[in-house]
Amino acid sequence: MAQPEESAPQELRPAWSLPAGAAEGLALAVEWPGEVTRDWAWGGSTGKGVTVCILDSGVDEAHPLVGGVQRAVVASVGPDDEVIVEDDTEGDLCGHGTACAGIVRSLAPDCELVSVRVLGAGFTGSGGVLLAGLRWAVEQGFDVVNMSLSTTKKQFAGILHELTDKAYFQRTVLVASAHNMPVESYPWRFSSVISVGSHEEPDPLTFFYNPDPPVEFFARGVDVEVAWAGGARIRCTGNSFATPHMSGLCALVLGKHPELTPFQLKSVLFLTSTNVGGAR
Amino acid sequence: MSEDLKAAVAAGVVGSQESFRELLQSVVEVARAIFGAEASSIFLLDEQSDELVFEAIAGQGAEKLLGQRFPSSTGIAGWVLVTRQPLVIEDVTEDPRFAKDVAEQTGYVPKGLMAAPLLHEERALGVLEVLDRPQRSQFSLVEMDLLGLFANQAAIALDLLQRARRAESMLAESGEGAEVVARLAATVDSLEDEQRAAGLKLLGAVEEVLRRDEGG
Repeated sequence: MAQPEESAPQELRPAWSLPAGAAEGLALAVEWPGEVTRDWAWGGSTGKGVTVCILDSGVDEAHPLVGGVQRAVVASVGPDDEVIVEDDTEGDLCGHGTACAGIVRSLAPDCELVSVRVLGAGFTGSGGVLLAGLRWAVEQGFDVVNMSLSTTKKQFAGILHELTDKAYFQRTVLVASAHNMPVESYPWRFSSVISVGSHEEPDPLTFFYNPDPPVEFFARGVDVEVAWAGGARIRCTGNSFATPHMSGLCALVLGKHPELTPFQLKSVLFLTSTNVGGAR
Repeated sequence: MSEDLKAAVAAGVVGSQESFRELLQSVVEVARAIFGAEASSIFLLDEQSDELVFEAIAGQGAEKLLGQRFPSSTGIAGWVLVTRQPLVIEDVTEDPRFAKDVAEQTGYVPKGLMAAPLLHEERALGVLEVLDRPQRSQFSLVEMDLLGLFANQAAIALDLLQRARRAESMLAESGEGAEVVARLAATVDSLEDEQRAAGLKLLGAVEEVLRRDEGG
């Protein structure tokens, strides 16, 4: 019977455990205050140093409410199912991505924006394109990915689940629109993402924690004035506009506390929600 | 498919397309009335050509638009279809490109629109739009939920319509015989009791003659 090699004792140690005496090495990078207030969470932050990816219909980077985009790409799937990501010169094919980018910018004026367009190649195969775009965004290690979209295709659920978990463990925060229709859709139902529905309050910093998941947070999503394609400004309603409000808040918190894991960030959002500690 | 099964399918299918179309039409009429809107329409996704097709319209532009097509993943309807997310937009004419595109396609440019994806199980079948509802001070989430309910109903009707179309095309491919039998079955089924009994008797006699010929 083969004996374990003495020269490699570390390989025999369980990979995910905490050996005696190692707890001291687990000091948190950030000193957690006795009370987490909004001022502690994002006071003074402009989102500087944080990159927010807008996975959507493209972004009109010339729009004054968007204020420039660091990079814009379009995702597609090749004949052998390979992910193709190319520079995008089309801008916004609908207006929606521009709206989301403008909302994030309004909350986090100094964040970096990256546009990943997953619309335009036709409906057939759009689920694969969405997945390709998300895969690329996660591989880039962006801090926040705004997903005002979902898919109902069960065949993508498993891969999406893997991707969202991968993002969660590598500190990429996925913020996804919840669905208010009676269908199963993804990825917002996964616990590794921050899922967002709408409330009717006009204040962009009002957001609620929902103690009755799967929707975890409600943010401003009704009658929101947003940037739109062609330099327009229009008023919109939908969970897809509530989502970038939470993405913007994530950018603010991460701008001040870049070391936070998605779990910690979600905890900060919980503690600073309007219906929890946000009023203080 | 066996001949018996074909006949059974045919009997169920003939005339049902028209009923499902009426159901779709009724959904857009009711949606338009409930929201007090100028128009309401249902787009069906044609998976083969990857286009959205105007399938039912209530209100302005109805006759001109029915059957018109456009690419499935551009514009607001395309976004709603691909992302499965409903949305409401006011003052959409502020977007000059939208106004131009829509005007070229339809001759009617709405100012505001509500759009919801038509989802049945895991499939996205199309999009429901409600155009130019009266401007109020603020849109409410109750209206959004109402739109979702209509979308759900429309999705079921659209699913039935697609099934009926598939069954009819299957029938058409299977030859003239099944279609004739199906038409006869549908006609007899629609008769009053007395006529129906007479019709069935007559058909029974025809069947007997045919079988006798078969045997001889």
